[in-house]
Amino acid sequence: MQKLSLRDRIKKARASASDSFRGGKLMSSIFRPGSPFRKGYVDSPRNRSYVVMNNVLYHLHPVKVKRHGVRLSYTLCLGGLSFFLFIVLTITGIWLMFYFRPTELAYVDIQTLQTSIAFGSLVRNMHRWGAHLMVLVVFLHMSRVFYHGAYKAPREFNWVIGVILLLLTLLLSFTGYLLPWDQLAIWAVTVGGNMAGYTPVIGAQAKFGLFAGLEATTATLLRFYVLHVLFLPFIIVIFMAVHFWRVRKDGGISGPL
Amino acid sequence: MVDIPEHLLQRSAEARAKALGISVEQALAEMKGESDPTVISKEPEVKTIDETPAPAAETPAPAAETPAPAAETPEEVDFAPEVKVTQRLLTVVKAKPIQKAVSEPVDKVNTWPHLMLPEFVSLMAMTAFLILLSAILQAPLLEEANPNVTPNPAKAPWYFLGLQELLSYWDPQIAGVMIPLVLGIAIWMAFPYIDRNPETHPSKRKFAIMFYTFFLAGAGVLTIIGVLFRGPGWNWTYPWIDGIWFDDLLDWIHFE
Ligand code: HEM
Repeated sequence: MQKLSLRDRIKKARASASDSFRGGKLMSSIFRPGSPFRKGYVDSPRNRSYVVMNNVLYHLHPVKVKRHGVRLSYTLCLGGLSFFLFIVLTITGIWLMFYFRPTELAYVDIQTLQTSIAFGSLVRNMHRWGAHLMVLVVFLHMSRVFYHGAYKAPREFNWVIGVILLLLTLLLSFTGYLLPWDQLAIWAVTVGGNMAGYTPVIGAQAKFGLFAGLEATTATLLRFYVLHVLFLPFIIVIFMAVHFWRVRKDGGISGPL
Repeated sequence: MVDIPEHLLQRSAEARAKALGISVEQALAEMKGESDPTVISKEPEVKTIDETPAPAAETPAPAAETPAPAAETPEEVDFAPEVKVTQRLLTVVKAKPIQKAVSEPVDKVNTWPHLMLPEFVSLMAMTAFLILLSAILQAPLLEEANPNVTPNPAKAPWYFLGLQELLSYWDPQIAGVMIPLVLGIAIWMAFPYIDRNPETHPSKRKFAIMFYTFFLAGAGVLTIIGVLFRGPGWNWTYPWIDGIWFDDLLDWIHFE
């Protein structure tokens, strides 16, 4: 028998340890058949299908997609990135909620967050720039859809859902804008709310409902906070679910041109 | 054999009695094997569910090749006559996928790895970009909110600045600028129902392309004016002469 070098012996031992771990009961119970994390994954058409089918998150995707659709230049991944930015904003947003009270203390809380909490400044920045970025990316996604004529039959209704998603994105961003409770926040929201006040017929009521009063106060702060962290995310997730579902039901991605 | 619950037996006996025009007791007896089954002489009425139009209308060629199944004279299927009368609708198979034997071939690739890998890469790139941006640019935090001190100019968030600029041209109370705005959103939503041109190639929908590009340019110009060219009193200012009033982004310059 050929004597193995130490290195090869370590390599072999590692491979067999990895095999018995990945082939063990624990891993097999966590990962469903076809998962690359299981023992004996080989790159075969069947396993490629299993990877998608046997994972609750991945199976938002169909098993196969049109070839032109995966070219980065077709969607520029803009819809996916809108969704991903929303996830990032959810994660950083929940983190921020630990340190933030929507009261007179809001401003002090942000200051404390930035100066005395580990990664506070970074996470706040990520949440804020991420929000600006999401507005931009959603807008670009809409433009991509328009220039491809991707809203045409049978996708008309998904465009309608999309416009609602755009409005919800803007509302989320706008309600979040007030929360730091600084001069920038309160006056930007005052200007925005006054614009809503110019709505014909119901203008005064719209403005009163938005501000929880005649002008931006801490009552407005609480109102915007609840809208921002609970109500609007809840609604937008529902519309996103319908949006993604319709992308598939309408026959996958549109095109090619 | 499993005992069939009495009430279920009763129910199906009633249905059978009604279908065959016999008494319930008779039907019950037949079902329990206590009496010979009633023989139906006439051909039972079989309702077919036909949702789709005649295939000839949609695909003339295959229709000619495959005659409607009704044309085939059914063999005498006389075994278990009761099957015919107690049939139930289990499912409706739409005619389309069966009759259109060949669907148009589409060039497809596996989602894993051909879609998921690029997705993962762009996701990582976006994360890296966002973290880098956040490490460099400090988000603004001005003085604490003070309802008694109005900044001049007071600007809306950047994505509303185009609108604010537009509103500054008219007295909104008089001109009712919100009417076109609300109307605009409604039209925007209804756009796919307005644009009935089925073509998707840009060269065949020049008007739509022009329309959107015009919209983009207009929104862009208005927003840039609102961001860079508006100073105190919403007066026209030149950023390179008078400075920029845009705390949303520019506060980071003064930070620390
Ligand atoms: C929160 C915002 C949004 C998210 C997360 C989102 C997500 C997505 C995703 C992941 C896709 C798959 C294809 C792609 O990546 O391009 C898609 C397609 C689509 N989106 Fe969105 N979207 C959003 C907003 C919008 C908006 C504002 C519109 C238009 C007004 C829109 C209209 C459409 C249409 C029509 C399709 C089908 C495109 C095709 O088949 O080529 N979406 N969206």
